[in-house]
Amino acid sequence: MRDKVLIGYGQGFWGDSILGPVRLVREGPLDYLALDYLAEVTMSIMQKLKGRNPRSGYATDFVTMLGRILPDVHKKGIKVIANAGGVNPAACLDAVLDLARKQGLEGLKVGIIEGDDILLRIPELLQSGEKLLNMDDGRPLAAVQDRLLSANVYIGAFAIAECLAAGAQIVIGGRLTDPALVAGPMIHEFGWQPTDHDKLAAGTMAGHIAECGAQCTGGNFTDWRKVEDFVRIGYPVIEASPDGTFVVTKHDGTGGLVTRETVISQLLYEMGDPRRYLGPDCTADFTSARIDEVGKHRVRLSGIKGGPPTDTYKVSLSYRNGFKTTGQLVISGPDAVQKAKLCADIVFGRLALDGCTFAEHEKLVELVGSGVCHAGIVESKDPPEVVLRLGVKCDDEDKVDRFGMEIVPLVTSGPPGVTGFAGGRPKATDIVGYWPALVGKSKVRTRVRVEVP
Amino acid sequence: MRKQKLREFAFARSGDKGDGSNVGIFVRTTADYELIKRALTVDVVKRHFRAICKGEVTRYEAPNMLALNFLLRDSLGGGGSESLKTDAQGKTHGLALLELEIDRP
Repeated sequence: MRDKVLIGYGQGFWGDSILGPVRLVREGPLDYLALDYLAEVTMSIMQKLKGRNPRSGYATDFVTMLGRILPDVHKKGIKVIANAGGVNPAACLDAVLDLARKQGLEGLKVGIIEGDDILLRIPELLQSGEKLLNMDDGRPLAAVQDRLLSANVYIGAFAIAECLAAGAQIVIGGRLTDPALVAGPMIHEFGWQPTDHDKLAAGTMAGHIAECGAQCTGGNFTDWRKVEDFVRIGYPVIEASPDGTFVVTKHDGTGGLVTRETVISQLLYEMGDPRRYLGPDCTADFTSARIDEVGKHRVRLSGIKGGPPTDTYKVSLSYRNGFKTTGQLVISGPDAVQKAKLCADIVFGRLALDGCTFAEHEKLVELVGSGVCHAGIVESKDPPEVVLRLGVKCDDEDKVDRFGMEIVPLVTSGPPGVTGFAGGRPKATDIVGYWPALVGKSKVRTRVRVEVP
Repeated sequence: MRKQKLREFAFARSGDKGDGSNVGIFVRTTADYELIKRALTVDVVKRHFRAICKGEVTRYEAPNMLALNFLLRDSLGGGGSESLKTDAQGKTHGLALLELEIDRP
């Protein structure tokens, strides 16, 4: 057994910088590269793509990025773990095998994890007694069942460890949890068992710290002036030990900052009850960790405690929930705020003249520049200019499109100083509703498959 | 007793949690931790975010991090992809909390 394993986290979400993984592979030692490509909304977009083309429905950016790092990954023996499979891990597998063939890497073992996508199993699951109630408000699934777009179970780290044990150098999953991408390699390397709750909690916590990429190495840090060289910001590297302790660091010579403060900042990100962080493999107590700076850009976590997981998996479902659009104009001073408010009244007033009205909760009026983000806390009474953002949402697509037509006329038929109209007429887009639910663990089975080019 | 903004000595991070946001805040010293534990009651935070948060506020403590974590329900105008707001994910709510002024003995 290795006494130390280095796990880098190169993508915090689909759309993160390609430099993250490329530089993690090139600029320092690494055993594993973890990459997260999914968010709640991503799965519904992927299901839509797959509906049009059965060979799509995964994160194509992953394959593009892999094209750049695969020679290094192969040469250095780095293992790659990504939830880039989206709703079609098998198609992603084929694309990666194609890529490996093109690069002459015939021996590359590529594995996939399937079984998280339960969209087609919903009727069967409901029949078997699963309720899939909305975790936030308790509504039964019947409220949206005919509008479902995607349904994916959050899969844990043991499926990843199983795929690694089957010999995969590249592991592609669907809705693997973000922390599992880090805990999986630890289980595989250190032989942790499902009852090793403290160690699994440590792996989960390490994964939580790393899962947003540079957000634990200086990105989005309150004391941003202390962060060196944002351009070359280093993505996180977890130095994991068999006993469950680990060090959060980054490659030598990269930019950014790793301190107790940058690590705690990320521990608090998207946090609920810190004593009870629920995951598919364990329940982690984030308040049990001892957090010490043990060197420059080195923070060690130890003493982490965990408990058994619940007997359910979290499921992320999405559904069609109407239409929305937003458009914006720049309103210059003098009197920018007053004129922007008038512009908003003109738009909705003219729409009403044409029989197109929206309820209060369907409308948005924001005067960006006057204090939108910190509304009621920090506001500017007379900024030299504001961006007027107008939006609507409702079930009627035609009404939403009608709204989009009434913004640009303000340039010539409203108060003076209206400019900055760009990007064409705003069009209606789907609103994707999010439906978090639980499903019994016994109802979900993952399958692992490893292939070579 | 003097007035001091939290941003002069505290750190924060925020993000989305369903239709609401979470705001984590922490400090460097146990004395400051006692101070924010006393000052940042649920009521104070709810009042501070009255124009943003339309739902309940819940508070958690994480003493090992010298941190408090607040859940702000219904603070995103629908949340996720349903919201029309600029800050649909509550990314800036942390900095908003740091604008709060407290009394330092």
